[in-house]
Amino acid sequence: MSETTQKAWTAFTERAGTRAALLGTQELPTRRVEAWHYTSLQPLNGVAWRTPERLSSARLTALLKPLALPEADGCVVFGNGYEDTDYTKLPASVMREKLDGHVPSEDAALKGRFSAQLNGALRQDGLHLRVPAGVDGGLVVLASVCDGQDVSVHLHHSIVLEEGASLTLLDVQGGEGRYLANPLFDVRCAKGAHFRHVKRQAESKEAFHLGIVSAHSEEHGNYNSFTLNQGGALARHEVVSTLQGPHANSTVNAVQLVDGARLNDLTSLIHHAAPDCTSRQTVRSVLSDAAQGVFQGKILVDQIAQKTDGYQMNQALLLSEKAQINSKPELEIYADDVKCSHGATVGALDEEQLFYLRSRGIPEEQARILLINAFLREAVEMLDDEGLQTYLLRSFPGHE
Amino acid sequence: MPAVSETRETVEKLANSGYEWGFETDVEMDIAPKGLNEDIVRLISARKEEPEWMLQWRLKAFRSWEKMEEPRWSKVNYPDIDYQDAHYFAQPKKKPGPKSLDEVDPELLRTYEKLGIPLHEQELLAGVEGADEARAPVAVDAVFDSVSVATTFREKLAEAGVIFCPISEAIREHPELVQRYLGTVVPQNDNFFTALNSAVFTDGSFVYVPKGVRCPMELSTYFRINARNTGQFERTLIIAEDRATVSYLEGCTAPQRDENQLHAAVVELVAMEDASIKYSTVQNWYPGDDEGKGGIYNFVTKRGICKGDRARISWTQVETGSAITWKYPSCILAGKGSVGEFYSVAVTNRHQQADTGTKMIHLAPDTRSTIIAKTISAGKSDSTYRGLVRMQPKARNGRNFTQCDSLLIGDQCGAHTVPYIESRNMTARVEHEATTSKISEDQLFYCRSRGFSEEEAVGLIVNGFCREVLKELPMEFAVEAQKLLQISLEGSVG
Repeated sequence: MSETTQKAWTAFTERAGTRAALLGTQELPTRRVEAWHYTSLQPLNGVAWRTPERLSSARLTALLKPLALPEADGCVVFGNGYEDTDYTKLPASVMREKLDGHVPSEDAALKGRFSAQLNGALRQDGLHLRVPAGVDGGLVVLASVCDGQDVSVHLHHSIVLEEGASLTLLDVQGGEGRYLANPLFDVRCAKGAHFRHVKRQAESKEAFHLGIVSAHSEEHGNYNSFTLNQGGALARHEVVSTLQGPHANSTVNAVQLVDGARLNDLTSLIHHAAPDCTSRQTVRSVLSDAAQGVFQGKILVDQIAQKTDGYQMNQALLLSEKAQINSKPELEIYADDVKCSHGATVGALDEEQLFYLRSRGIPEEQARILLINAFLREAVEMLDDEGLQTYLLRSFPGHE
Repeated sequence: MPAVSETRETVEKLANSGYEWGFETDVEMDIAPKGLNEDIVRLISARKEEPEWMLQWRLKAFRSWEKMEEPRWSKVNYPDIDYQDAHYFAQPKKKPGPKSLDEVDPELLRTYEKLGIPLHEQELLAGVEGADEARAPVAVDAVFDSVSVATTFREKLAEAGVIFCPISEAIREHPELVQRYLGTVVPQNDNFFTALNSAVFTDGSFVYVPKGVRCPMELSTYFRINARNTGQFERTLIIAEDRATVSYLEGCTAPQRDENQLHAAVVELVAMEDASIKYSTVQNWYPGDDEGKGGIYNFVTKRGICKGDRARISWTQVETGSAITWKYPSCILAGKGSVGEFYSVAVTNRHQQADTGTKMIHLAPDTRSTIIAKTISAGKSDSTYRGLVRMQPKARNGRNFTQCDSLLIGDQCGAHTVPYIESRNMTARVEHEATTSKISEDQLFYCRSRGFSEEEAVGLIVNGFCREVLKELPMEFAVEAQKLLQISLEGSVG
């Protein structure tokens, strides 16, 4: 760890135990800050955050069990932010890099983003992979679990795909009790590289999750992500996907499945910084009980990014009187020869569809589940990998 | 006329029509010293011969304004405004009561003429009898630099029981109505500009339509900003009682000048049970020169409340002028089954900036709202649609449909869409769609092959693009608006 990071870390540990210890050095954004208007971070303030200790292997096994990780070509597991090398297995073609003492270069795309600043201040070494040119790294599972007691974990991961390389990462987050998980992914897709990032955010229902991804795609490069946001008392998954070479493309899809009095947030910026790029986004939220859903999706098209093709759709289903959705799909466009559109809908389950199913003898509860699943599946099925689809669908209603 | 000379005339007209209505009328003015303090507020109130409660109301607003900060969240850039470097009161010197129109300053009449207002009201102003019977009736309350100079058709309106007068007069003549409603839709301290307006507003229109009355004519106001360095702080209050109906038109043109001018108007609408208010605006203030110098700052707060059940408020606007437009005509849908509508065309060219949209706040069951916003950016301009649709927990079966379309002309401009959608009721249904594109080459080619010039073709396509909004405008406005669109986009192609 570098001296500057060390200093920040020292400041944090020294203050641990007092109120707002972790964030005392950082101002928590208030609702007046546009990016946090709908998601208040104030609940983070009342907790005496502390440095976690390594988990016993028995505890780690117990925490991993409910995540039911699938078989894969590679696997890396972190417990409370510490890697347990007993699980580590990587395909021979994929290179593992250690970042010892290396401070990642400044990423302009993350400037001013609180989740990234926090990770930058308290950074812990995560998984750093490099896939050599032309190599298909297959499927790697990255699991990160935490064990309550007010620990805070700030893993910093990086994925570098060289020219024409490809990789699928199943990124699973979970745990028990109250903790703060603040992972950051730095993704670089070189010319023609394909990275598929499938994230399942299944944190404990008392946890806080502030995850952030910055992906840069070169010419014909592709960052394709799907996020299932379902855990956490307060969870934001944030994606900044920068298309910086011509014909790059990016997909930032997500499903949010929230119940209780919890809040899940998907915030994204798809930045078209080069001509002829394509972006697609489909986000579906299902909110029950007194849950809150937040979607903030922005498509930014630079003046140079002519022939941009951008499409964004976000839909929310409110299942109870107290559930709410706040959604802000945003277009910021400086090039004239573009085709950009977005759509948003909010509503309840369609009474007519329910009636149809019931008239066919399907009990109401089952009919509802059928309709909710149909709504969610459409987004999941855009993932062209059946194994991963099956894995994700298992956590949908009626599959438990 | 021979074809050649006609062509020459057309060309000359085109060359000079950067801002067709840029002229300044030389009318004697009564101007307060520069600066803003309690004394100026007192002076304005005294000049307006206002009752004490009104002065106190202004002072309260002024005191909260002093503590407020200018909002900077919108997507517009402008140099800091020195609020102390402006006159807050300017009034054309009036001979007492121009009862006979001969007494009206001929300069003033000429101004109306130059405005090209499609008005036979000019004839009325000029004292031509019987002109009011011949054509579709439109009542005009002309605001000439902060003071309503003439109001026509008053008698006919009075017969129906409709009050249509300058707000300063209403404060004196109908204090009970003004006191009851002023500041109830847009509180004094709602934002920086409403506080400023509440403290120093000089005039505006007041409309009161009693129960069951369908206002017998379209009401209209023409705004002009005329004296150098006078901010224009209009205040408009429209009240439609149960089952009343009124349509109000507001058209704006302003003379060409160098210094930026601030315009911070407040418009409040109150619609009671089964009432309907339609508010239409054509705004064509001076947008600044080709370098973006000069031009009006248009920071406006417009809001209406549907207080009664089944009330309806409809905003239609065509915004082509101003250097900066910052304006969000909104509807608070508090009555069951009430309806809010917002139809907007915003055109920006050269260095203009517009950040405009609406807020639809659904408070009651069965409320409905529709938003159609068309944005056209050309030159080096920036245009933003910013809108909020909020379904509160009680808005059972609330409905909203929003459509925002942006058209970009040229690669130096920007078009942005920032909708906020908040729903707290599962039975409410919100739909939003937005598109951004450029003028289709196919359409252009088609028009060109039919002999249209490129500029004409663009004008035609743009008018088609805006059709859904333009058709909401009252007839005479629709014609004017189409012409405006064409003029606004001149020099943006080729």
